[in-house]
Amino acid sequence: MWYWFLAFVLLVSPGLYAQESPDSPAPPGESIDSEETIATGETISSEFQSSDMESDMGAIPAALPAEEIPTLFPPQNVVAIDVPDDDGQAVSVTWTPPTEGRPTRYILEIAGSDGFFEELTRTTLTEYTVSQLENNELYRFRVVAVYENGQSVSDETPPVAPRDHWMKLDEIPVILAILIYISLLLYFIQAARRGVELFIRRISGLTAVEDAIGRATEMGKPVLYIPGTSSIEDVATLASLNILGEVARRTVHYDVKIICPNKDPIVYTIAREIVKETYASEGRPDAFDPDSVFFLVPDQFAFAAGVDGIMVREKPATIFLMGMFWAESLIMAETGASTGAIQIAGTDAVAQLPFFITACDYTLIGEELYAASAYLGREPMLLGTLKAQDFGKLVFLFIMIVFTLLSLLFGLDAAGWVRVR
Amino acid sequence: MHIATDFWTWVAALLTLAILSFLWDDNSFYRAAEHLYIGVANGYSITLIWYNVVVPNMIDPLRGAAHVVSEQGFAAAFFTFNEHNVLNPYHDNNFFIIIPMMVGALYVTRFIPSISWMIRIPIGITMGYYTAISIPASFKASIVRQLEASILSRSDFDSAWVLVYGLLIFVTTVATLIYFFFSAEHKGVLRPISNIGILTVMVGFGASFGLTVMARISLAIGRFIFIFKDWLGMVQ
Repeated sequence: MWYWFLAFVLLVSPGLYAQESPDSPAPPGESIDSEETIATGETISSEFQSSDMESDMGAIPAALPAEEIPTLFPPQNVVAIDVPDDDGQAVSVTWTPPTEGRPTRYILEIAGSDGFFEELTRTTLTEYTVSQLENNELYRFRVVAVYENGQSVSDETPPVAPRDHWMKLDEIPVILAILIYISLLLYFIQAARRGVELFIRRISGLTAVEDAIGRATEMGKPVLYIPGTSSIEDVATLASLNILGEVARRTVHYDVKIICPNKDPIVYTIAREIVKETYASEGRPDAFDPDSVFFLVPDQFAFAAGVDGIMVREKPATIFLMGMFWAESLIMAETGASTGAIQIAGTDAVAQLPFFITACDYTLIGEELYAASAYLGREPMLLGTLKAQDFGKLVFLFIMIVFTLLSLLFGLDAAGWVRVR
Repeated sequence: MHIATDFWTWVAALLTLAILSFLWDDNSFYRAAEHLYIGVANGYSITLIWYNVVVPNMIDPLRGAAHVVSEQGFAAAFFTFNEHNVLNPYHDNNFFIIIPMMVGALYVTRFIPSISWMIRIPIGITMGYYTAISIPASFKASIVRQLEASILSRSDFDSAWVLVYGLLIFVTTVATLIYFFFSAEHKGVLRPISNIGILTVMVGFGASFGLTVMARISLAIGRFIFIFKDWLGMVQ
């Protein structure tokens, strides 16, 4: 009797019936031993997963009546274009949300030359820039909208190939800015060479340099110069190396020992050459101590620990902290302050400037660091550079005011004229 | 209280205390920890550079080129072509890598006084290269983008707060630029404007100071947690 009951259950359970393996159908009425039941159960379980996946992909769940089938709408207007004005290997894909329904996320899929789509990324946004593609290879894209109860796939995009371009046209404002600056630079350098008096206002942090080195002379103690903890490509490091030359010139003049530990091996090599050549140009090549400029360690906090040790053992009268700094700035500046040295710091690192302002006697803020070498050296080339920077600022200030007026008075998108990607 | 029994936890804890002893004064423990730290950091860096820079960028290409020579002849190690049949000097396995190697090797000439002037060649190339790279990047990030962000538009007048922010950015940008103008004394009309500029800068630094101090304190807390939890087991 119970066989008939089991057969009835199997017949009225279409979902379960549908999951039976086609290879080993268990027709109603046949006996099923326990081992077979387990095997069938596994098959059912694995096929349930498969069925779930199909359902996720937008297939209609078999058990749902037709009137309850949810309609899942795909993303619209999927467009893939080669990223313009770039060096290639990138395609930008954009789409709009489905006309109805709210997907929880989107899956972006890509197909290369083999034609098979594979998942690229999952996102909640409606745009994505695909990078690291092969130039001149054709790619197609499609977007899958993922809903709570399934997924819906968009149409494929036409094939698109990433290409490299000769010029980033959207960066024309940058080129114009550089050209303006170079024009000003050439003009002021020529003016300085012609002997035109170029006025630079007093910068208190820099007028203190002479006094600070004079103090070291009187006390018979060395000057410690830290050229930042960054590498040579940092503008602040380049500015710091220029200042190092001027400080070294004064140490030669006053016959004061200079100590210059370095964190970066390339900066060290350049710093050493600058100090060595300064001694030579001042007629004292014999006074140059090869051990005065040295490489310490490339690790940030190991460098700070080493510099702290130098500060407390050598007790320099004057400490210069010029260049790019990170979290080690306060450690070094505090230790320097505790030794009683006069400290002159300069950096364009906005996060570190507050620490230097609190712990050092004088601080060169951002632009003042770049002005320092010209201010100290008074060489035509550097003065011309500083003047060009100044008038460059005026030009950009003028552009800012005029563009704002154009934008407000005439409703023009003036900010867009200087927009770069 | 469950004091750690792991040897390396003890080493780390004692070295932490040795470094922190500097807060009292310079002493032998600090010096020992400092020298150990610098030595270990240098050794680690050298190893890192060897395996991440020298081996993949120098030794592997040379080894590959030598293999190409043995397989295809000497010319193949110089004139390698990519899949589009275009000469590819950047191919992994060719001897062109010798050129930058030789330039880099000039750094070592500083140990030979008679030819030490040759060190200027790699220094000049390095400085020129990095200056050229950093100038456009600086103009883009520090000037052009700032310029774009500072220009007011009619949309800034959509709401009162947006207008206030827009005007604040505009006025403080002008004032700060005037403060950093070195070609004129801060007298007359420039004086109050530059005062607003430096005030703006200091307000910004104040906010940055608070934020960064918080981060530094969290670093200190991390070390104290290590001492009191991982080492001494006093905190759960």
